Amino acid sequence: MVYKERLNKRGFDEPRKIEAKTGVIKKADGSAYFRIGNTAAYAAVYGPRDLYPKFLQNPKEGILRCKYNMMPFSGRGERVRPGPSRRSREISLVTERALLPVLNLEDFPNAVVDVFIELPQTEAGSRCAGICAASMALADAGIPMKGMVSAVSVGRVDDKILVDLDYTEESYEGGPVADIPIAIVHETGQFSLLQMDGCITKDMLSKAFELGKKVCAKIYEAQKQAIKDRYKIGDDK
Amino acid sequence: MSELIAKERDVVIPGEIIAKGMDYLPGINASRQGENIIANRTGLVEINGRVIKIIPLSGRYMPKEKDRVIGKIIDINLGGWRLDINSAYTAMLSMKEATSDFITKGADLTQYFDIGDYVITRITQVTSQKLVDVSMKGPGLGKLKNGRILSIKPNKVPRVIGKQGSMVNLIKEKTNCKIVVGQNGLVWIQGSPKDELKAVETIRMIEEKAHIPGLTDKIKEFLETNKQ
Repeated sequence: MVYKERLNKRGFDEPRKIEAKTGVIKKADGSAYFRIGNTAAYAAVYGPRDLYPKFLQNPKEGILRCKYNMMPFSGRGERVRPGPSRRSREISLVTERALLPVLNLEDFPNAVVDVFIELPQTEAGSRCAGICAASMALADAGIPMKGMVSAVSVGRVDDKILVDLDYTEESYEGGPVADIPIAIVHETGQFSLLQMDGCITKDMLSKAFELGKKVCAKIYEAQKQAIKDRYKIGDDK
Repeated sequence: MSELIAKERDVVIPGEIIAKGMDYLPGINASRQGENIIANRTGLVEINGRVIKIIPLSGRYMPKEKDRVIGKIIDINLGGWRLDINSAYTAMLSMKEATSDFITKGADLTQYFDIGDYVITRITQVTSQKLVDVSMKGPGLGKLKNGRILSIKPNKVPRVIGKQGSMVNLIKEKTNCKIVVGQNGLVWIQGSPKDELKAVETIRMIEEKAHIPGLTDKIKEFLETNKQ
C-alpha cells in the first residue's frame, strides 16, 4: 500500500484548520485558545506572582512553571486518567523549555509565571497546540518577551513528507512513520522544541524542517492576529 | 535610510518590528535587535521624537518608587507590618514609617494595624531584588476605615485618574464619595451605599471604555443623566 493522499484531502504541506483567540479566561492575567483541527488547547497565565515553595525561588530571575493537562474526556473515547502522569510531566517540561528562550524574566526575581494548559479535545499534535496557546497567553499577559513561539508537528508517512499529522497518520500501519513536533521562535528561526517518534532519513528530515518553517510562519500570523484582535477598537456600543 | 513599520498607537506584539534603521531609539518596553527596533511587550506604540516606547495594555503592577498604593496588612513582624500591594512582591511598612508614636519593645502592634486592615502608603524604596519599603508619613496617607475596595487593571489607572485628576475629581463631585486610586490598581471608595454603587459602576465603565477618546465628557453625561 502506498500513501498517496491524505484522508481529508489535505495537501501534504497544509495544516488543519486553525482557530485562535485571546482573553478567553477573564480571571487570568492572560489567556488564549488555540485550535488546530480537532485538537484544542486553552492556556491561562497567572503572574508574575509570589513563588512557593520557597526553595524553588531564584534570586537572579523569575521562573516559568508550565502544566500540561489533557481533560479526562479529551481522547478518542477512552477516558484519560486525570492527574499527573509520566507523559504529562514530560510535555510540561518540554513546553517550559520551548517557551523559555523568548521570555525575559530578569525583572522578576524570586517570582513565578504560571502557565496552565488544558486540552478539552485532542487528536494528535497536542503539545504543539499547547505551546502555541501558551505563547499567545504569555503575550496577552504582558510578560516581557523577545518574540513569539509557534509550533507544529512535521513528519513522514511512508515516503511522503507532511505537516501537522492527525491521529490516523500518526498510527498509519502501511509503512514507516515519523512524528516530529517542532517549535520555532519566529523572530530568530531558532528551534526550541524537537522531539521524534519513529524513523526518518537525514535527507527527509531536513525537507520536513523546511516545510515546518513555512507552516510555523502561517501559525505565527494567526497568533499575531488573535492577540491584536482583542484590542481592536470597535464601535462604541 | 530609516523607516517606520508600525504607526503611532498601533497594537504590537512581542518581537514585532516597529522601525528599521538607526534613526530611532528604543524606549521603555522596546529594544534594538541589530538594525531593527522591536517591541518587548504587547502594547501601543508611542513615538516621541526619535524615541519609540510601548505602552503596555496588560500586565500586573510592578512596584515603583514614589507610587501611592493601597495595601492590605497580611502579616506582623518584629519591626513592622507586611503588606500585600496587589503585585508579585509584598511591601514592608516599618514601625518608624507608620507612626510618630513611641512604641516600646514588644508592644502589641495590632493596636495600630491588624491583619486584614487596608492602608494607603507611599513606596519609598524598591531594591533590585524587589524588596519594597513603604511609608505612611505624608498627606493623605493612613489607615482606611469603612468604605469598599475595588480592584481594577493597573494599566487602566491613569485613565481612571484622568489628566491632573480630572476624571476622579468628576466622580468624587458627582457621587459625593471619597475616592482614593492607588497606582497598584486598588481603589478605595467611601460614601453612602447608593453613592458607592454608583461610583463602582462608573469606574467599571471607564475601565471597559478606556480606549475611547473624550471619555471624560461621556462619563459626565452618564453621571448627570442617572442622578435622579
